Amino acid sequence: MDNNMDNNSNNIIVLMVCPVSNYLEQEIEKSFKVFKLWHFEDKEQFINTHKDSIQAVVGSAAAGADAELIESLPKLEIVATCSVGLDKIDLARCKEKGIRVANTPDVLTDDVADLAIGLILAVLRRICESDRYVRSGEWKKGEFKMTTKFTGKSVGILGMGRIGTVIAKRAEAFDCIIGYNSRTEKPNLNYKYYPNLIDLASNCQILVVACSLTEETQHIVNRQVINALGPKGVLINIGRGLLVDEHELVSALLQGRLGGAGLDVFEHEPDVPEELIGLENVVLLPHVASATVETRKAMADLVVGNLQAHFGKKPLLTPVV
Amino acid sequence: MEIHEEHRDHQSQHLPRVLVIKPPPPLTLFGDKFISRSFQLLKAYESSLSLEQFLISHAHSIEAILCSGDSPVTLDILRLLPKLRLVVTASAGVNHIHMPECRRRGIAVANAGSIFSDDAADAAVGLLIDVWRKISSADRFLRQGLWSKIGDYPLGSKLGGKRVGIVGLGNIGLQVAKRLQAFGCNVLYNSRSKKPVPYAFYSNVCELAANSDALIICCALTDQTRRMINREVMLALGKEGIIVNVGRGAVIDENEMVRCLVRGEIAGAGLDVFENEPYVPKELLELDNVVLQPHRAVFTSECFVDLCELAVGNLEALFSNQPLLSPVTAE
Repeated sequence: MDNNMDNNSNNIIVLMVCPVSNYLEQEIEKSFKVFKLWHFEDKEQFINTHKDSIQAVVGSAAAGADAELIESLPKLEIVATCSVGLDKIDLARCKEKGIRVANTPDVLTDDVADLAIGLILAVLRRICESDRYVRSGEWKKGEFKMTTKFTGKSVGILGMGRIGTVIAKRAEAFDCIIGYNSRTEKPNLNYKYYPNLIDLASNCQILVVACSLTEETQHIVNRQVINALGPKGVLINIGRGLLVDEHELVSALLQGRLGGAGLDVFEHEPDVPEELIGLENVVLLPHVASATVETRKAMADLVVGNLQAHFGKKPLLTPVV
Repeated sequence: MEIHEEHRDHQSQHLPRVLVIKPPPPLTLFGDKFISRSFQLLKAYESSLSLEQFLISHAHSIEAILCSGDSPVTLDILRLLPKLRLVVTASAGVNHIHMPECRRRGIAVANAGSIFSDDAADAAVGLLIDVWRKISSADRFLRQGLWSKIGDYPLGSKLGGKRVGIVGLGNIGLQVAKRLQAFGCNVLYNSRSKKPVPYAFYSNVCELAANSDALIICCALTDQTRRMINREVMLALGKEGIIVNVGRGAVIDENEMVRCLVRGEIAGAGLDVFENEPYVPKELLELDNVVLQPHRAVFTSECFVDLCELAVGNLEALFSNQPLLSPVTAE
């Protein structure tokens, strides 16, 4: 950790817009003064009172810096998010105002990929469902049903960025056939590129959503894509809830037009559609793809490192803007 | 009878018989895959005769047996079948077959080969990820409405860089190792003998445990492996260690494992098998850090279809004097 900071660094005020972890709070507090937005009942009043002193905002996948917040903080210099996703930050506005933006790529890639494969196995092999079967005493009454093999299956990856690439490599260890859809075809990849997402969905059994959420990709997994994936198909989402039309997803699962789903993200976290709770062919996780002790520490260290770099007038470690 | 029925009946009378004492699961589930021009199944379980009477009355026509782990082929049974040439088992293990007598009489034995390996390995990896990343317990947490009420679920543990000790590097163990390498795990193993593989070998399972963050049990149940995972091994594994078992329940001292889990002497477990299935120690049912499976590591539809085709393939090979597809060779 870089301690070569100005003696007055403790006067720099950082606004944390949502709780992330005690560790992150403690680390930021070592070098900066921290305000925690969720401690204040009247957030608007708080912002009004302190708007001229807040120089940095720290967010996460849950909350960031929208246009309204950015406009209300004239001294804002940097937004550092404890996530790789940038969908909660108004990037255009930051660019416009010369506000720096930093995120936490790479340190979480492995964990997210591990969870994607874990979700595939949990859905296909019915791991959670059969754990419930044992715990409820049902096993004493009869054998559990047959499940579906994962090895050798066709996996389609939506978004072949850092995370998509690593998911593909893990799926290869299971002899899976990999196809992908991305904004552009990637050179030097040994996987089949599908310029059309519906074609990808028609040609794979498991579709993994691993792209970033932007205005263009909202609801990119829509009714047609879900229907193309089909009654034996499985949808895995480790990206953002809004990438999938959740209403259509629920109806497809209820009607059997989609075989199953493994979901780590939802449109309105922490709320999850009630209909999904009652389904056996889905696995539902509370946004834990990067939630390991090791990775959350690495992400927090990167956030603090970026803040220290910026206010120490050094290059950002992982700049976005 | 119609002429063609008579003809077919006459023809099938000449087909060699394959004895089935108790139907193996693949036969129960995919019976039509066992209809063949080379042989006819003889289902002892459909007869009102005692098994001994049945075998005596059909002894002259039985050339093969189709069985599975829960249908033992004992010395007594073998002695009643002078024409027996092959035992086909729809399992990887052969401890339910009297191998010395088969060897003595030149009766070939064919098993499931490595058909189960992929699915068993997938199940083992699925359990490992589930325990380390808390998938089943976080799913439970969410379904109980606790994400909105309480907030985030406790953090899990990263796979990359972890040392995973595979107990038994046979077909299944090798497939587990191949998959785990892709997750950045360091693979170590203990086996009866060292293998030409790039993984560190430990001749002693206790030493393996002391150098591992997780143990994955992939070995068969033998006199040597019974209760091999005992208190000493579990203490060597340590408070942060986890155990995954896709082998046989009896390889682990189950009572001791339960004690270690309850007391926090190991961190968690993913178990597909138990000493006394379908009974699972009730203490495990209360724990959040275990994942419990009803012995289904190889029960995928695809695997069973492959198993049927392999069993039939072995039988047809025998009756057309071709080499067996998956013979069990002497060790």
